[in-house]
Amino acid sequence: MSETAQAFASSREKDSVTRRSFLGVLLGFGTVVMGAALSVPLIRFALHPLLAKTTEIRWSDVGKIDEFASLTVPAKRLIKVEQRDAWRKIISEKAIYVLPPKNGTVRILSPICPHLGCSIPWNEAKQEFICPCHVAVFAMDGAKISGPAPRSMDHLDSKVEDGMLKVRYQYFRQLIPTKEALS
Amino acid sequence: MPNGTEPERTEQPQRATFRHQLYKWLDVRVGIGSILHEALDEPIPGGARWAYVFGSVLLFLFISQTITGVVLALYYVPSATSAHTTVAYIVKEVTGGSFLRSLHAYGSSAVVIVVLLHLTQTYVYGAYKGRRELLWISGCILLGLMLAMAFTGYLLPWDQKAYFATTVGTNMASDVPFIGTWLKRFMRGGDEMGTLTVSRFFVAHVFILPAVLIAFIATHVYLFRKAGAAGPTTADPINPKLPTQRFYPRQVVMDTVVALVMILILGSLAHFAPTELGPRANPADTQYIPRPEWYYLPIFQWLKYWRGPYTIIGIVVIPAITAALLVLVPFIDRRLERRPWRRPIALGVFVLILGAFVVMGFMSVRDDRRDPSIATQVAKQRDEVEQFMRQPFEPEGAATSLSAPVATVVDPLVAAGKKVYDSESCDACHGENGVGTAAGPKLAGAIAQKSPEELSNLLRHPTAKMIEGEMKPVDISDEDLKALVAYIRSLNKAAD
Repeated sequence: MSETAQAFASSREKDSVTRRSFLGVLLGFGTVVMGAALSVPLIRFALHPLLAKTTEIRWSDVGKIDEFASLTVPAKRLIKVEQRDAWRKIISEKAIYVLPPKNGTVRILSPICPHLGCSIPWNEAKQEFICPCHVAVFAMDGAKISGPAPRSMDHLDSKVEDGMLKVRYQYFRQLIPTKEALS
Repeated sequence: MPNGTEPERTEQPQRATFRHQLYKWLDVRVGIGSILHEALDEPIPGGARWAYVFGSVLLFLFISQTITGVVLALYYVPSATSAHTTVAYIVKEVTGGSFLRSLHAYGSSAVVIVVLLHLTQTYVYGAYKGRRELLWISGCILLGLMLAMAFTGYLLPWDQKAYFATTVGTNMASDVPFIGTWLKRFMRGGDEMGTLTVSRFFVAHVFILPAVLIAFIATHVYLFRKAGAAGPTTADPINPKLPTQRFYPRQVVMDTVVALVMILILGSLAHFAPTELGPRANPADTQYIPRPEWYYLPIFQWLKYWRGPYTIIGIVVIPAITAALLVLVPFIDRRLERRPWRRPIALGVFVLILGAFVVMGFMSVRDDRRDPSIATQVAKQRDEVEQFMRQPFEPEGAATSLSAPVATVVDPLVAAGKKVYDSESCDACHGENGVGTAAGPKLAGAIAQKSPEELSNLLRHPTAKMIEGEMKPVDISDEDLKALVAYIRSLNKAAD
């Protein structure tokens, strides 16, 4: 294919071999450096959902505080949470448990199991929270009784404003013994 | 100039370094030696030259467009409702989004420039001669595909200029004899520009055209290798007798240097002068003056000169003849003479056509500058774009927030009707939630008060007056029609 080229080669063979491999190294090096430089914006772009700071979680209304004054067992309530889903603003419905007031304060539980994230129902008959997935059992106040859960059920921040009970809905990291909010 | 070299394959066995061992290991298993030989040892008659870099640079740009295009698709949704929002999200929110989008947008211009340089080099060097007809034709097809990529990609941001430029572009298709109207409807996915147009252009831009492009790039490279590099104009195009030099290293280095300069230019432009996104397409805007991307300006200007029954000559006949001439060049100019000064007619025609393109492009810019009303409107449009770019990102569905619990469609029939309303692009003329636009009357209010029977009848069989106003009979199932009627009637309650 390249007989002519080879005929030319013999005279300065050694010199050109060195030059050829030098250029090869230079090209390889240049390509790697440029490739690395160019992949930085690409990777940052692709990882944006992980890098971006999420906005402050807003308070959602649960209901009038009077409604919960006479609770004797946890009451399930659906709340509306305003969220940003990338370029969309969405309103999603989340379940929470309002606990019977203790010393006049109402506390709220997230129904998400700290084990692997299943939704835990209140078992009326046994008066316990029993996770349907791997049978983690929690007391009425969310304290861990038995099963694989690494910690008790998670309390959500709540406050009362103008007679209205409000909650800040959050997710917490699963499988760790301490409560740690996800961004 | 020639400094051919001994291939690496003949290295001495005693120099069995790690690199050499790795090379041998790979060679035995994947035949890396013959791959490298095929790729790098292509003989170039007369040696490497800067004039030959354009093909490789195009390949490089194609790869760059592919990568940036793929990552942009991470955040893009091809629908009339979401396209603009998602592009705004990319530009205003996503880390490095503006930069990558600009790289992609400027990249498309770079492709057009380098394609023209590649074509000019091939033409001036007479490198289409000597059994290279198919190579040349595959190149012409690639040129067409690149222009189609530019055209389809332009619509996707769904901003004002994208919308109106594509409206004009697709309207031009309707001047094609016999199939024109059908062709326009096919491209748009209906009579009007709407959500189907976006998805059609998207599918063409990211699935169909790239697949065809890759096939033709492979064909083009294969045919090029089969015919061999033509070399300088003094070389015989069939049996070049000039001493050869291999593609690697000199030509590879030249190609790489130009590709690097290219990426530096594109990167600087994208960083310091990022591509802007205009306000969302508003079909009701009657003031908007659409202007195509710079490489379509000559054609835009050309169309101004053709009126009435002669339009077809300007839009179809002459461009078709020009394209046919371009494709048939190797069949028309069959002599083996390649030196430009010995080919005055071939070169003259080329310079004339290219010159006409350049002149018309400049004339269109000059015309716009001279007309004060156009200049004012164009300046206003530029202001609108800048104003939109300054605004913070507005997420989709922001109107329905918790503090103002409105427009929560409860009745499932009404909700289904709203879907029909949007999918049938009723909103294109009657506006979102039937508020009405310049193109179509308001539905909320008097119209929404009509009885279901009357509304169904009007939708199925519009009155002569409605048809005159571009209202089409609605062709949907009875079930969808029922839902649509329920939705329209619900607008009455939502209004005020």
